[in-house]
Amino acid sequence: MAKRVAIVGTGQTFHKSHRPDVNGQELINEAVMRALQDADLKMKDIDAIVIGNMDHFEGINYVDCWSVDGSGGTMKPIIKLTTGGTTGCTVAIGGYHLVGSGMFDRVLIIGWEKNSESDTTGAITTAFDPIWDRQVFAGAISGLAAEAQAYIARYGATDRDGARVSVRDRKHAMNNPHAQLRKEVTLEEVLASPMLADPIHLLDVCPRTDGACAVIMASEDVAEKICPKPDWIWGTAVRHSYSYLGDADYGRLTSMREGSQEMFKKAGIREPRKELDVIELYQPYSFGGLIWIEDMGVVGPGEAPQYIWDGNTDMGGELPINPSGGVIATNPIGATGLIRCAEAAMQVMGKAEGRQVPDVNFAFSSGFGGCWWTDMILHGKKKPN
Amino acid sequence: MAEKDNIIIESGDAVQPFKYAVGMYGSRFFTELRDNRRIMAVKCPKCKKVYIPPRGVCGECFVEMNDWVEVGPKGVIGTFTILRFAFIDPETGHQKPVPYGYGFIKLDGADTLFQHYISVEDEKKIRVGARVEPVFSKERKGSIRDIEYFKVID
Repeated sequence: MAKRVAIVGTGQTFHKSHRPDVNGQELINEAVMRALQDADLKMKDIDAIVIGNMDHFEGINYVDCWSVDGSGGTMKPIIKLTTGGTTGCTVAIGGYHLVGSGMFDRVLIIGWEKNSESDTTGAITTAFDPIWDRQVFAGAISGLAAEAQAYIARYGATDRDGARVSVRDRKHAMNNPHAQLRKEVTLEEVLASPMLADPIHLLDVCPRTDGACAVIMASEDVAEKICPKPDWIWGTAVRHSYSYLGDADYGRLTSMREGSQEMFKKAGIREPRKELDVIELYQPYSFGGLIWIEDMGVVGPGEAPQYIWDGNTDMGGELPINPSGGVIATNPIGATGLIRCAEAAMQVMGKAEGRQVPDVNFAFSSGFGGCWWTDMILHGKKKPN
Repeated sequence: MAEKDNIIIESGDAVQPFKYAVGMYGSRFFTELRDNRRIMAVKCPKCKKVYIPPRGVCGECFVEMNDWVEVGPKGVIGTFTILRFAFIDPETGHQKPVPYGYGFIKLDGADTLFQHYISVEDEKKIRVGARVEPVFSKERKGSIRDIEYFKVID
């Protein structure tokens, strides 16, 4: 019997570049304990667990197995989901499916990563085809740079337009005590930072982070008893568009376009720009903040730079994006999508403290993977029909 | 840090003892490339999209593809970047020589993009839409490296 599903508690670590003081299971435990505390639940109340990370990053497989002391998964139903960059969003969608199915009332969802424990670019490369994709591939940045270059060629955007997005997110991170990078930068500093892969500068991209996040979802039968004003899940979508990297439509994120269209249609959202109140976008580099909100339908193709220059996505603007500082400030990859989900839930629940956007009825959170696949969640204050 | 300085990301020693099969489609592609310097793609019988790398199934139509077509060897730059940060290539365990041109080449007659190196001899010539041609290796072994790189011919 299908059930409506709500988020009733969230928890995350104070994200850092290196956490040598804890191992994986201890890092996971920090986030789990904070989520339980937030929901005022005990581990005995949890019916099942979904956990995920990019296990090739740490080179330790089967986190569902070895982390049970930290996750609370000892002798409980626990499954691992791992989908690359989207992992954090996928574990949330998996949890939503478990609770929505009616089989479990309270599910704990965990995403985590210790990026400091390996070479991120080397590990990411192993996610791509060894024969056709790897020769020229250079981790996430190479694909992202090719996307930005195509967008620039198609719409006449500039590297200043990208830099403006990075300035925004880094400013927003100042309001978030959990963010790893909390330092404001100027447009000139972004443009003067080392060129990694044309047109992407060092300050256009995310860092590598150690961190974990946990979210507790509950069915409509128990949600409002746990949390009087929970964050209701209105919809989710997942899209993949290619087998080989050269199959993608560079300059457009078709997975975002098709996924968001499906999700908004189901929820009855016709004008995301007016109906959404806040977006937590899995945006690992600045140009994604331009291109992908066009594919979401917030603005039309080529219109994002002006929309962002006009301050619409800043705190206090029409549609604030990444009040948390987003991925450019914090990126423990397996947790990153779940942090977006948790931050969006906190906005709906009114728990976002110094980064709270007023009166949030609808929030959007996403996950982005590899290059070019997208997961997403629509969050709402009202219980869905 | 001065702009010209490379950012080094190290990963230490790494060995990947894998043996991958390329399948029948990949085998035909690499045989033609090695023996005849021809670049082969497959066409979907339903949507008519021409795929490179060649593969057995059109994912959108979910039908088998057996219609081989020669594409290129010339084409245009679909998109590109110039890699400037140094990183360890997991394939070799050694630092990848930078800068290098990373091209997504739209070969004449193909609908998807073919990834390969672009010569950065004259960076100013590298732009989306620039005409390119492959430089084939003298000694071809049936691998993606039978093409050394693409160069701008505009």
